[in-house]
Amino acid sequence: MKYDRFVDLVVIGGGPAGLSTAISAKKNGIDDILLLERELCLGGILNQCIHDGFGLHLFKENLTGPEYAQKQIDELKTLNISYLTDAMVINLTKSKELEFIHRTGHKLIKAKAVILAMGCRERTRFNIQIPGTRPSGIYTAGTAQNLVNLQNIKIGKNILILGSGDIGLIMARRLTLEGMNIAGVYEIMSYTAGLERNIQQCLNDYSIPLFLSSTVTEIFGKGRIEGVNIGKVDKDLKPITHSERFVKCDTLLLSVGLIPENELSKKAGVKITDFTGGAVVDSELQTNIEGIFSCGNVLQIHDLADYASLEAKRAGYFAARYIKSKQKRYNRYKINFCEKIKYASPNYIVENKEAIIVSFRIKKPAKNVVLIVKDRENNILVKKKFIRLLPSELIQIKLEREVKSDIYLEIE
Amino acid sequence: MCKNPYDVIIIGAGVVGCACGRELSKYKLNVAVLEKNTDVSEGISKGNSGVVHAGFYVPYGTLKARTNVEGFFAIPKLAAELNFPYKKIGKLVISNDKYGLTELKRLKEAGDKNGCIGLEIITEKQISHIEPKVKAKYALFSKETAIISPYLFTIALVENALKNGVDFFLNHEVIKIWKDKEFFVQTKKDTFHSKWLINAAGLYSDKISCLAGDKNHKIFPCRGEYLVTDKDNEKIINRMIYPIPPKDGASLGVHITPTTDGNILIGPSAEFINNYGLENTKQFLNEMKEDAFKMVPELKRLPIIRTYSGIRPKLIYAKTKKDFRDFVIEESKTVPKLINIIGIESPGLAAAPAIANLVLNIIGNKENLNKNEQFDAYDPKKPDFQSLSVEEKKELIKKNPDFGEIICRCETITKGELLNAINNPLGVKTLDGIKRRCRAGMGRCQGGFCTPRTIKILRKEYGIKEKDILKNENNSNLFFGKIKE
Repeated sequence: MKYDRFVDLVVIGGGPAGLSTAISAKKNGIDDILLLERELCLGGILNQCIHDGFGLHLFKENLTGPEYAQKQIDELKTLNISYLTDAMVINLTKSKELEFIHRTGHKLIKAKAVILAMGCRERTRFNIQIPGTRPSGIYTAGTAQNLVNLQNIKIGKNILILGSGDIGLIMARRLTLEGMNIAGVYEIMSYTAGLERNIQQCLNDYSIPLFLSSTVTEIFGKGRIEGVNIGKVDKDLKPITHSERFVKCDTLLLSVGLIPENELSKKAGVKITDFTGGAVVDSELQTNIEGIFSCGNVLQIHDLADYASLEAKRAGYFAARYIKSKQKRYNRYKINFCEKIKYASPNYIVENKEAIIVSFRIKKPAKNVVLIVKDRENNILVKKKFIRLLPSELIQIKLEREVKSDIYLEIE
Repeated sequence: MCKNPYDVIIIGAGVVGCACGRELSKYKLNVAVLEKNTDVSEGISKGNSGVVHAGFYVPYGTLKARTNVEGFFAIPKLAAELNFPYKKIGKLVISNDKYGLTELKRLKEAGDKNGCIGLEIITEKQISHIEPKVKAKYALFSKETAIISPYLFTIALVENALKNGVDFFLNHEVIKIWKDKEFFVQTKKDTFHSKWLINAAGLYSDKISCLAGDKNHKIFPCRGEYLVTDKDNEKIINRMIYPIPPKDGASLGVHITPTTDGNILIGPSAEFINNYGLENTKQFLNEMKEDAFKMVPELKRLPIIRTYSGIRPKLIYAKTKKDFRDFVIEESKTVPKLINIIGIESPGLAAAPAIANLVLNIIGNKENLNKNEQFDAYDPKKPDFQSLSVEEKKELIKKNPDFGEIICRCETITKGELLNAINNPLGVKTLDGIKRRCRAGMGRCQGGFCTPRTIKILRKEYGIKEKDILKNENNSNLFFGKIKE
C-alpha cells in the first residue's frame, strides 16, 4: 500500500475530547500528531452550546461552550499540533491505516497509534419508535440547538420536549429566552435524566412544567406536527390505558439519550460493549486493538464536557506512553459490578503502579448507600458513602492501591 | 415550454404514471404529467418493499401475472439504461410444516405456469447453506427475484421522460375534469386539455375516474407499515425472506427485505383503513418485529432507524384468498379515451413497465403513432461516492473538490452528490426530495447532523428563505423563519 503520510498519532475528532487528548499527547512528548475533524471548524458540539457552566473542573472558571473550545483550540495552536477540519475518516483498519477525505483529496495514512474521540449522536423518534404520523417539526434537541444558536432559525412557537436529558433542558431555557413557549418537558422515568442543576436553572427558574412517568404515545399532524398524545406509564414503563391526553404543539424536541458513534471503530475491529455503546477498554483507555485508544463521549456518555476532556487527557498520556515505549501489553484484570450498577468503565485493569480511575453509573436513584470496591480476596480497596446517587451522574472513583486481581463494585 | 393542448395527459406521477410518460415519449406525442404533490413518487410508489417480484404470487391468465412477468424481464434493461439501483439478490419463501410445503409447491406451480424462471423447492440443508441465519424446513427459492429503489426507479423514469420532451407539473392537484370532444383538466393552478387522459392517480384513481365521468371503481385503502434497520454490515441475510402468504389474501405477509442501500426492511402489515393516513401504530410495529424475529432471530441485533408506511389501493375488502381482483388497465367503458389504471397494488412496481406498454397499445390501436427519432433511452450514472474505488474517489475530488466534503456522515454523502440532488431537473427542493435523490439524511441519525448543513446550503447558496423550506408536502414547513431579523 502506498501511504500519503506516516504519523505517530492520529486523533479522530476535534471536540472537547479530541482537543484535550491531542494536547495531552503533545505535552507527553509526541510531536507528530494529526487531528482530524469532520465538521467545518474545531470545537465539536461545544460551538453550539452558548450557555455557561463549562470549564469549572478543567479550567476552574465558568465558561460558555465556545469559550471553553477556544481555550483548547488556542492551546492546540500554541503547541503547533497539526489539524485538518472538514476531514472525514471513512475507514480505519486494525493496523491503524486511516482513509480520510477532504476537499484536497482522498488520503491514506498510517499511524502508530489512534485515539478515537468522535463523540456521540442523539437517539431519534425512530430509535424509540414513537407511533403516529411523520410530519415536520420533530427535532432532536442537539439539532435544534444547532439550528437556533448557529443559524438563527426559529424552529417553532409552541414546543413540547420529550425526555429530560441535559440538552433538552438547556433548550427549554434557551427557547423560552427567545420568546417561544415550552408546552412542557415529559420524562418516561420517575426521575430526571439530566443534571440536578439543569432542572433547577433551566426548568424551575423559568416555571417550565416537568411531568415524570409520562411519555409521548402518538404523534399527530399532516405536514407539520399538530400535537401529541401524552400517556402516563406504570412501573414497567408501559402506558396506562385511558391515561392519554392530547397536548397541542407545533414542534417536538427529543432529548431521549445519546449513542456513542462507533461505526468507524467497528470497522477496525474494536469491540463494543452493549452496556455503554462504547469500546471495551482497559484502565489505560486502550481498546482490544493494540494502539487504538478511546475517550470522551465515544467511549461513554459524560455529564459534562469537562469530564470528557479529563478522560481524554488520560488517553493522550497513555497513547503517548504507548508510542514511545512500544511496550507489550500487560496482564489484565476484569472489573465486575453488581446489579444496581448500570455500567462501569473501564472493563479491564492493566497491571499497574499508578492510580486507576473507574467511572460508573447507577441504574436507579438511591439514597444513603455505600460503594465498596473489593478485590478477589475480599480486600476492600475503596469504601465511599453517598447521601444520594442518581442515574444522571457519572461517578468517578480513584483506586490508589495497586490492583492485583479482578475487582468488584458493589452498592450496599 | 407548455405544449397545451396535449395529446396525452397523465394524472399521477407515481411509478406507473412516470413509466407511461417515458414509454409515450418514444413517440411523437405531446405528453403532460400532472401531480398533486411537491415531488414525484410521493404515494404508493415510495411506500412499498422495493421488490421486483418474479411472478409466482399471482393467478395464471390475469393482468397481474402478465404485467408482472413482463415487467420483471423489462426492469433489468431499464436499470441498465437509466442507472437506478437494481440488485438480483433472490428470495426464499420459507415454511416449517407440511401445509406450508404444499403451499410452496402451489406457488411454484403457479410461477412456472406464469412464465417465472429460477424457481426451486429446497430443504433445510440447502437453506442453511445459503442463508445460515434462517431456520426453516422448506423454502421456495426464487433466484431471480430482485430489489430496486422504488423512488429512484420512478425518478429515473421522470428524468428520462423530461429529457425526451414530457412536461411535468408538480403541485397540480386535479379538481375538475370535463369532456367536450377533448378532455379539459382543471388543476388548482391551471387548465389543461388533451385528446387522451390517463388516470394513474394511484390511491385516488377511483376519484379521478369519477371526476372524468366513470363512476364504476372504488378503492379500499389497505395500509402496510414498515420498520427499517441500520445497515446489515455483517450480512445477517443476503436474500429476501418471506413467509407463506397469510390466508386473508390482503398481503404477502410480514417479510424481511434487504434494500439496495444495505438496510433491511421489516414489514408490511395489512390493515384496511377508512382514510389515507400514513400513521405507524404501536401494535403493528411490535407485531411485525415479532414476526420477523421468528424467521431470523439475529435481526434483533440491528437497531431500528426508521419506520414508515404505504397504502395498497385494493379493489376489494379482502378477507380470503378468493377475494382476488385483477388490475384495471383499460379504456373506460363509459368515457372513450379515458384510460383507467386502477388497483395497482403488489406486484405493481415490477409491472409498471408492462402496464405502460399496455397503455401505449390502447392508444396505438386508435392513433397513428410516429416514432420520436430523437428519443434517447439512456441517462448517465450520477456519481455515487461511496461505491467508487480509491482511485476513482481521488480522481473525482481532484476534478471537483465538492466530492471531498462529506455532508451526511452516516451515509457518506458528499457535497457534490448533495448539489446534484438539489439541482435535479424537476427542480424539487424539499428536504425529503433531496434525501431520496442522494440519501443525505437517510442514515442512522436521520438527518440530525446533516440537516443543519443542508439547510445552510439551501439558504446561502440557493437563497431559499428558512420559512419556505419544506419537508415534503405543502404545509410541511420546517421552520417559522428567523429568530432575529
